[in-house]
Amino acid sequence: MNDWDRIAPQLAEATWDTLYMVGVSTVLTVLIGVPLGVLLTVTAPGALSPQPLVHRVLGLVVNLGRSLPFIILLVLVAPVTREIVGTTIGSTATIVPLTIGAVPFLARLVETSLREVSPGKVEATLAMGGRRRDVVRTVLLPEALPSLVAGVTVTVVALISYSAMAGAIGGGGLGDFAIRYGYQQFRTDITVATVVLLLVVVQLLQWTGDRWSRRLAHA
Amino acid sequence: MIELNDVRKVFPARRGAAEVTAVDGVTLSVADGEFAGVVGPSGSGKSTLARMVNLLERPTSGSVVVDGQVLTDLDDDGVRRARRTVGMVFQHFNLLDSRTAAGNVEHPLELAGVGKAERRRRVAELLDLVGLGDRHASRPAQLSGGQKQRVAVARALAARPKVLLCDEATSALDPASTAGVLDLLRQVRAELGLTVLLITHEMAVVRAVCDSAVLLDSGRVVDGGPLTEVLSRPHSPLAAQLLPAPVVAGATGDLVRVTVTEAAPEGRVLRTLAGELGLDVEVVGGSVETVAGRRFGRLLLQVTGDDGRLDAALQRLRDGGSLVERAVPGDEPEPIDEHDEPETGEPDRPAVRSLLDAPEVQR
Repeated sequence: MNDWDRIAPQLAEATWDTLYMVGVSTVLTVLIGVPLGVLLTVTAPGALSPQPLVHRVLGLVVNLGRSLPFIILLVLVAPVTREIVGTTIGSTATIVPLTIGAVPFLARLVETSLREVSPGKVEATLAMGGRRRDVVRTVLLPEALPSLVAGVTVTVVALISYSAMAGAIGGGGLGDFAIRYGYQQFRTDITVATVVLLLVVVQLLQWTGDRWSRRLAHA
Repeated sequence: MIELNDVRKVFPARRGAAEVTAVDGVTLSVADGEFAGVVGPSGSGKSTLARMVNLLERPTSGSVVVDGQVLTDLDDDGVRRARRTVGMVFQHFNLLDSRTAAGNVEHPLELAGVGKAERRRRVAELLDLVGLGDRHASRPAQLSGGQKQRVAVARALAARPKVLLCDEATSALDPASTAGVLDLLRQVRAELGLTVLLITHEMAVVRAVCDSAVLLDSGRVVDGGPLTEVLSRPHSPLAAQLLPAPVVAGATGDLVRVTVTEAAPEGRVLRTLAGELGLDVEVVGGSVETVAGRRFGRLLLQVTGDDGRLDAALQRLRDGGSLVERAVPGDEPEPIDEHDEPETGEPDRPAVRSLLDAPEVQR
């Protein structure tokens, strides 16, 4: 059992892999999920730019993504991953399913946040002669920012959980580590160590996100 | 400055709700520099009417002309440009919480593409104008209701509009703040030569600031005109709202309603009824107010002891220029603001809370 000096560097590497996967997929998820959420919001009936058909199709796609268990999604998008990354094994490859899994999740959260912005503020901006894109840029996004930050925080935490699951099919990172050492070699201490590490990372993220969100909410 | 020609707004039927005609053929004209009011009970279409002036609501039919420009003929781009000539102030302020007071005033200037230096200068000028020169960096959450509405007025004036639309602008404010904001509106109207259209259900507001008003009911104009003319008209439904003198429950004897103006003061009526005829006269209702610097009133008198000479006396008074008439229960509608929409601002909802309690993470 006294092999921790051998295991520790591997644990560190696995942690780094997790942070790398989650970091890159968070950036990608925000880049795709926020515009998608905006689109979902503004195309809704009675919203800024009602487009019932677009709204319904987007809603369907998002719901499909949200209702698929992540582990199924992992297998399902494997061909896509191979197309993009060239392999389906390792942390870089895992970024693809992680992003695909998290985008619909964030898009829904963004939609909820933007809907919370009072229609009066939108109306005031239109009354000033603002365009619809001005409303999105100067009202919806800035006013919802505290809530958007909270939504991204939730998404990052979800991504960490997804990434651990991706470990099960050779995705690398802490999940992979816990399964290979902790589960397959009956090393409960390693499983516990991994869990503690994950807990610390999640706590830190949630705490930072909450603080940031509160700072932004000038209420 | 503002011309509404036979405007109608029909909201189409939706699931579970029938078609609604919110505004039903309103023709309204507000002169350059006039302070005009629109009053009516809730659901009378007055807010819809206001929102049609800057085409936030496009009329189903009819035309809207502001400053000589037929807004209803313009395309979307034209409408957007034209909206800069119409500033708007709302009941719930609608300030952006993500911006400071200065940032909120700057917002319309940014949208109009005004340069940064010029924006700064104008913001300082406007916040001084509304008496908040020391609150540039304050967030809306740090301001009182009255201060928020002052910022909103500054914002509405930023793009140098010719018309100011006030939709229930004082309805969420306490009496002191209301008086302050009304003073401000009067002041900016005088200084900037604005035309103001004010929507309200508060008659005190109309009496305090308006030159003219229209009474809206079920989407139609029921009555209207310059206040001095309306208040001199004994049977005016609008006057009955502005200076209510409804027949009170339990009143006995003969009831006489007197319309008081400077040309037809009540003294002569009282002298005739109490003095010459020797009747018992009590004032049981009504009010006297100074409107547009002149004294106007509507009084309900309870007269007892009539031995058949009252009608002849009233006729003589009318012939002599007094505005008197018999009053019967139910001949005057209930005042609007007594029993309607005491809508005190929707609570500011912090948008974050709902998301801090995150939804279930999908596994």
